[in-house]
Amino acid sequence: MASIVQWKIGGEAGFGIMTAGAIFSKACSRGGLHVFGYSEYPSLIRGGHNSFQAAVSEEKVGCQVTPVNVLVALNRETVDLHKGELSREAAVIFDPDKTSVDKMPGFKLVPVPFARIATETAGLELMSNNVALGASVAVLDYDIGLLLDVIRDQFKGKGEDVIRKNTESANAGYEYVKKNFPGKFKYKIQRAKSPAKILMTGNEAIGAGAIAAGCKFYSGYPMTPTSGLLHFMASQERKYGLIVKHAEDEISAINMAIGAAHTGARSMTATSGGGFCLMVEGLGLAGMTETPLVIAMGQRAGPSTGLPTWTEQSDLKFVLNASHGEFPRIVLAPGDVEELFYSTVKAFNLAEKYQTPVIIMYDKHIAESHCTVDSIESVEIEEGLKVGENTPGYKRYQFTKTGVSPRAFPGQKGNFFIANSDEHDEKGHSTESAELRKAMVEKRMRKLEHAEIDSCRLHGPKKAPITLIGWGSTKGAIKQAMERLASKGVKANFLQMTCISPFPEKMVSAILKGKRPKLIVENNYSGQLAFVICEHTGIQVSHKLLKFDGRPFYPEEIELEAKKVARK
Amino acid sequence: MKNLDTGIFPTWCPGCGDFAIFSSIKNAIGMMDYPAESYFFTYGIGCHGHMCNFLDVYGFETLHGRPLPVAEGAKLANRDLNVIAVSGDGDSYGEGISHFMHIMRRNIDLTLIVHNNRVYGLTTGQVTPTSQKGFRSKSTPDGTIEQPMNPISTAILGGATFVARGFAGDPAHLSSLIVEGVKHKGFALIDVFQPCVTFNHINTYQWYREKVYKLEGNNTSDRMEALRISMEQDKLPIGIFFREEAKTYEEQVATQVSLSSEPVKTDIKDLIESFR
Ligand SMILES: Cc1ncc(C[n+]2csc(CCOP(=O)(O)OP(=O)(O)O)c2C)c(N)n1
Ligand code: SF4
Ligand SMILES: [Mg+2]
Repeated sequence: MASIVQWKIGGEAGFGIMTAGAIFSKACSRGGLHVFGYSEYPSLIRGGHNSFQAAVSEEKVGCQVTPVNVLVALNRETVDLHKGELSREAAVIFDPDKTSVDKMPGFKLVPVPFARIATETAGLELMSNNVALGASVAVLDYDIGLLLDVIRDQFKGKGEDVIRKNTESANAGYEYVKKNFPGKFKYKIQRAKSPAKILMTGNEAIGAGAIAAGCKFYSGYPMTPTSGLLHFMASQERKYGLIVKHAEDEISAINMAIGAAHTGARSMTATSGGGFCLMVEGLGLAGMTETPLVIAMGQRAGPSTGLPTWTEQSDLKFVLNASHGEFPRIVLAPGDVEELFYSTVKAFNLAEKYQTPVIIMYDKHIAESHCTVDSIESVEIEEGLKVGENTPGYKRYQFTKTGVSPRAFPGQKGNFFIANSDEHDEKGHSTESAELRKAMVEKRMRKLEHAEIDSCRLHGPKKAPITLIGWGSTKGAIKQAMERLASKGVKANFLQMTCISPFPEKMVSAILKGKRPKLIVENNYSGQLAFVICEHTGIQVSHKLLKFDGRPFYPEEIELEAKKVARK
Repeated sequence: MKNLDTGIFPTWCPGCGDFAIFSSIKNAIGMMDYPAESYFFTYGIGCHGHMCNFLDVYGFETLHGRPLPVAEGAKLANRDLNVIAVSGDGDSYGEGISHFMHIMRRNIDLTLIVHNNRVYGLTTGQVTPTSQKGFRSKSTPDGTIEQPMNPISTAILGGATFVARGFAGDPAHLSSLIVEGVKHKGFALIDVFQPCVTFNHINTYQWYREKVYKLEGNNTSDRMEALRISMEQDKLPIGIFFREEAKTYEEQVATQVSLSSEPVKTDIKDLIESFR
């Protein structure tokens, strides 16, 4: 099992915790290390407690872990809140002029006057976080050059003076620790031999995937945890020739995306549960008019406004069933940042191939966490069926064996048709004929009957005395738990569902048959995937580990439960 | 010009104002030089929306209240299209009013034609946001308590760059308004007094004929004058209230390409490297 060192920074909201966390994470990924950077923050702009923790290792880390080995406390609250997470001999870095910390036997206190050093070197107390970052690198005996490079990049374009102040304050923090606490610390990280890694949030991975897939139109409305995706797409608008529209509401966002998709532009929208509620009628419109549409659905704790900045996986059954009426839909459930990238490309291809909405399910935990990826390969674009101008006898909704009818586009010569939210005939005109209605429903539903979408993966040994089951962001913690179990001689495998609609009945039945215990791990109250599995296969999952307090799973929790279940 | 009829016989009640709006739209298309395939119509849900089955150009029958956002998405993605949204008073001033308010701020180059019959026709005659105070309907048997909204004043104040009103009883005049609206660079509202012979027995052809008069010689570049005229109650002006040259939304967005013709595959090597 690879060793993981975890660094954490905490302080009041509004004090740049997220930026500091992202800089630290990038300094690690630049050094060829794997990182998982997880943040917690309340739905407030000022006040309240923020934290960012980065789990760093030479091998892949897919989640935050316990314990914390280095804690940077920008206020007293941070120490009080996170003391319980510290490992033996963990270092606690704090500013003694600002924060009084009582003696903590078993831990290493590292008083570093952040504010004083910042003022002395840069003339600005605002630079305190840089001092703390520099001090962290010194405590971990890591490479200060990497940190300074990242800071330099961060402030690129803001002028030499700004860059100098930021780097010098970081360096001063580093020197202070090296001088005053030489060789005192247990936890270290070291540059790896491998080249710099890619470090992305889930939102950025979806955005990059969308651009790679040729997405040209993105409309959205801000809602945590998907606002980051809106911001990312907007930042790339010029470079990649996209139209990014912050619409007046989610109803408009989805309908705009449908209008754009209808003209042939690959289109996408994104939201969280509350916004998705408003999009539901539009979802049915895309289904009925056979419009290719990609929706990224970033879950958070609900219902209603819920816990806006905390994670949950409680919208699976909602998304599977959203909208009145019946139409085919594809629901993908990528499990980490890398899978988010490729699933998004796939979502665009599938939407166009089957002319139906594709929903990418993710959640706050992977949307906003930073995670490393070794490399991103180039991707395939699969275009759907289309006709050229003046196609004789063209019918947009022609009955075909596969149910898929070639698309035409407004602006083309000839090929006139309408897309219709009312039931329609092959040309798109409204009809209430019983026969046509039946044939059209069958045509639409037929599209996914033979769809081949790689929809699940079995990790670990083919046969194991216990099988873990999960979907989406729990992948990282489950895989980490498997490693921990293996190191203690407990064999387990893991069924990861990556596409939940259409549901791969045969594959899942084959994997889950037999009497061994099965433990499903879900961030919700009722075990929604367990219901879906039972609905499709008749198989009842024997054990459920459920969590719905807004916090993601830690591998230790899964390990513990799996051991309990295996012992039964 | 291509035949604009699908051949499907219109299903509106005999005498309905929708017939005249339909023929005015066809006339207007005939009066302009754009090819038939350049038009893209979106429709709301209501009696008005049934036009999708009769008019043989590219079209999209959307949801109740949503012809505007679908039209906006289409226009932003393919700005070569002449986009026209056909809507109802329930559709655009009730269910979809947020889209109406916001498109005016944006000045996206498309035309909204509202069949304003001051009732929900298709759902058998309930009050709408433009029904007169006191209007009795199945949902307001004692007469509605609410004041009607004035879409023309709202549009003038909302920043629309072309605001006009037509009357289904004067299709030639309406055709010319539609031509002006479609040619106008920016968002154009054409609100149309449309008698509903089945459910609105107050605002009849006769009632309108006694009240409407054609605007002539008004200063259409003066927003305040337009606003004052739009508030007239005893007589009801039809014609162009306000018109202004302004940059469209599309002209101002960072991306200046017609998206639909773009190649799909995008090289993102640089983008990925920026994450290292
Ligand atoms: C979301 C939704 N709510 C309600 C309806 C039912 N509905 C259909 S048409 C209509 C009213 C139409 O009124 P208007 O837009 O004025 O059109 P008209 O029939 O008068 O032309 C309503 C409420 C619907 N189709 N969708
Ligand atoms: S109900 Fe009214 S609006 Fe609808 S078709 Fe009949 S007359 Fe026209
Ligand atoms: Mg109406």
